[in-house]
Amino acid sequence: MSNHTDTVTHHVHRDDVGAKMGMWLFLFTEVLLFGGMFLVYAVYRYHFAAMELNTTMGTLNTIILLTSSLTVALSIAALQGGNKFLSLVFLSVTLLFALMFMVIKYFEWTTKISHGIYPGSPELLGKPNGQILFFGLYYVMTGLHGLHVLVGMVVISFMIVFIARDKVTPDNYVKLENSGLYWHLVDLIWIFLFPLFYLIQ
Amino acid sequence: MSGNNKHHISYGTYILVWIALLAFTSITVTIAGVNLGRYTLFIALTIAAIKSALVINIFMHIKFDEPIFKTFLGISGATLLVIFLLTFFDFLYR
Repeated sequence: MSNHTDTVTHHVHRDDVGAKMGMWLFLFTEVLLFGGMFLVYAVYRYHFAAMELNTTMGTLNTIILLTSSLTVALSIAALQGGNKFLSLVFLSVTLLFALMFMVIKYFEWTTKISHGIYPGSPELLGKPNGQILFFGLYYVMTGLHGLHVLVGMVVISFMIVFIARDKVTPDNYVKLENSGLYWHLVDLIWIFLFPLFYLIQ
Repeated sequence: MSGNNKHHISYGTYILVWIALLAFTSITVTIAGVNLGRYTLFIALTIAAIKSALVINIFMHIKFDEPIFKTFLGISGATLLVIFLLTFFDFLYR
């Protein structure tokens, strides 16, 4: 056993590129998950009749998510620049936007449900098959997406705590970058969900 | 070995990209209101692809990361494309 001096240098092995690669690989599995559902949508698209989703709420949610992507990116830039406080501000704003998104989604869903439109409802089952499939896909895809938003909110909350406690710093912020990557994916999925579900004829 | 790349994107660039994203969104919404028949979907998806490219390259930093990441993205994108193509070749020609 080698001699120990008073100070033992700890070489903490860090592989930030590896960490980022791991995150991207996970994101690809997410893309395949949603991709499969988009595929179902694509194949059966021409059976869907005229759609009745609230375009205003959908557009609002799109703007909210796009802006939240901006704020999470700004939060990373702030930390890179050494500005811990600003980074925390931007992350908190991101969290707020995420909450706004979920609130709007809640109103969209409850409105539909109050009109009797939900998977398995007698009202829905009485409609043509195309409509049943459309709303089935709508609930599953926006539901799964909403779940991802919630998870993202938890992740971002953890980042806020880590940064506040100096566990994530301007010299060690790959966790924040990876959280940002996850959040951008949530935004990307919505970028495709929005036109396909809200804007098609 | 810390792999933190030294390329920092400025606040201004992020904001410009955000403005572009908002602009494309408003174009998509406007286009949807105009009756262009089957072209509406094509245009909407093209715009979605452009928005994705902006988010992936700038917000997600792919443009400035090590080339391996672009390779990752390329391979998984191609895989998804093949899955879509094969499915469509199947059901279109039954």
